[in-house]
Amino acid sequence: MNKLGRNDRLIRLGLLVIAFSAVSILAVITVFMFQQGTPIMFRYGLGKFLAGTNWYPSENSFGLLPMIVGSLYVTAGAMVIGVPFGLACAVVLTEFASKRVRSLIKPLIELLAGIPSVVYGFMGVVILVPFIRTSLGGPGLSVLAASIILGIMILPTVISISVDSLLALPPAYREGSLAMGATRWQTVKMVLLPAARSGIIASVILGMGRAIGETMAVIMVAGNAIDIPRSPLDPVRTLTSNIALEMGYAAGEHREALFATGVILFVIIMILNTIANLTSAGRRGAGR
Amino acid sequence: MTPLMHPRLEQRLVRAVLWTMTALTIAVLVFIIVFVLRKGLPALNLDFLLQNPSDMGKKGGIFSTVAATVAVTGLAILIATPLGVGSAIYLTEYTWENKVTRIIRFGAECLAGIPSIIFGLFGFILFVTKLGFGWSILSGGLTLAFMVLPTIIRTSEEAIKGVPPVFRTVSFSLGGTKWQTVTRVVLPSALPGVMTGVILSVGRSIGETAAVIFTAGSALKMPTSLFSSSRTMSVHFYILAREGISMPHAYGTAAVLIIAILAVNVATYSLMNRFIRKYS
Repeated sequence: MNKLGRNDRLIRLGLLVIAFSAVSILAVITVFMFQQGTPIMFRYGLGKFLAGTNWYPSENSFGLLPMIVGSLYVTAGAMVIGVPFGLACAVVLTEFASKRVRSLIKPLIELLAGIPSVVYGFMGVVILVPFIRTSLGGPGLSVLAASIILGIMILPTVISISVDSLLALPPAYREGSLAMGATRWQTVKMVLLPAARSGIIASVILGMGRAIGETMAVIMVAGNAIDIPRSPLDPVRTLTSNIALEMGYAAGEHREALFATGVILFVIIMILNTIANLTSAGRRGAGR
Repeated sequence: MTPLMHPRLEQRLVRAVLWTMTALTIAVLVFIIVFVLRKGLPALNLDFLLQNPSDMGKKGGIFSTVAATVAVTGLAILIATPLGVGSAIYLTEYTWENKVTRIIRFGAECLAGIPSIIFGLFGFILFVTKLGFGWSILSGGLTLAFMVLPTIIRTSEEAIKGVPPVFRTVSFSLGGTKWQTVTRVVLPSALPGVMTGVILSVGRSIGETAAVIFTAGSALKMPTSLFSSSRTMSVHFYILAREGISMPHAYGTAAVLIIAILAVNVATYSLMNRFIRKYS
């Protein structure tokens, strides 16, 4: 019995070490990114780096503003398209669809999450970009194209987390409201959506994180010009595409500047993650 | 508040709008799959799958890229599965909710949110340059392993939690130790659920481009060892499409990717259904 006890303690310790692998990887990534990316930021001047509009790596000019604005525009566009559609799907799945239909739609939406981002980008290039070019004008490769593609790509994130938070509500909420004579839609609008608010907000924030972080699909449809776009039909370069486009041949300070781009992206993502984490933790803490 | 219209009418309208939006979402998905398959299937034949690419991918097939994809994905799964399942066992069987588990969960959730391009940068600096693995299967596999780890942790945790507590009680009452209970009772029962996470990770690895292109490289040759630089299917597809090397070959590669993803999803779904049916 004693021997078994000691073995169990050893196993427990081993598993504890393994369980820290995710945290350790996160820590190592953080350390490496900052180590590689921050020196140049301070050498070059953080203000010039974040607010400069000229990105000419060959002349040691590293202004990231066009890419920061580009990422923000494209992400905002993706939210405008993705969030309403995502919430509509979530409400239909949880409140309006019969069990049979739901079991048909749900795997399809999960499939949407599995399609590789290069395939989304490719569809953008062969279908969406020519369509925008001929019907709306401009080069086609644009903020609009990137927003639509990203809007579709964040759907699975928004849908699955919203569905989970709607399903987690106590059945009494739904039943009580219906029993008082409210229609299903009134129940959704006045009871369920407000009650599931924090989960829905978390789903939107995580969707935002996905949109900001997406790379390959955006490179293919956004046009990548280093200019602050003036209309949704102008081409745009995001933080992620900036890294991926130039990483292949960058060296020295240029490479450091790309890592610095990565640091900015990393910080934005971590802030979004933490907010999402806190809102959903708040929901758990509320004792529901 | 006086309603602008009768609630029943409003409900009917809203319902129509919401259903239309859902139908549109599904239509987009179906369109993508049908479009890629219709354009790509004609290019697919045994030669395309079994010949190595030549002339930058303009001629020949995609065999070496399939091999590279299998190698990188396989390595990632081999590394991530023990770590992920081990973490899940610790979180569910060996501890209770406390500060430590909160830190572990927070770490896993943050890792899940990190974009693949960051994994690519990190893998490049650590594995390719610092550790000197170069652009290789090994660097790519390690990077992907880190990327899919949170998925495996989360799904395994849910699978293990789904095993009815009475299974453990019975095992203990028969004199089983904690570890015996975990390895002989809990894990076998949770296996289909654990497999779901593994297969999902396979799907993510197959489709990943940004993290792989800077770690496994893009050399168009057959991988011969852990240290050879190789181009995976997704990277190959990206280069074919972006540089306009060969549209038929791009469509063909896309079709193989889509078929692989479909297979992954069908497998996940049937496994999950079996797991749910078993315990409810």
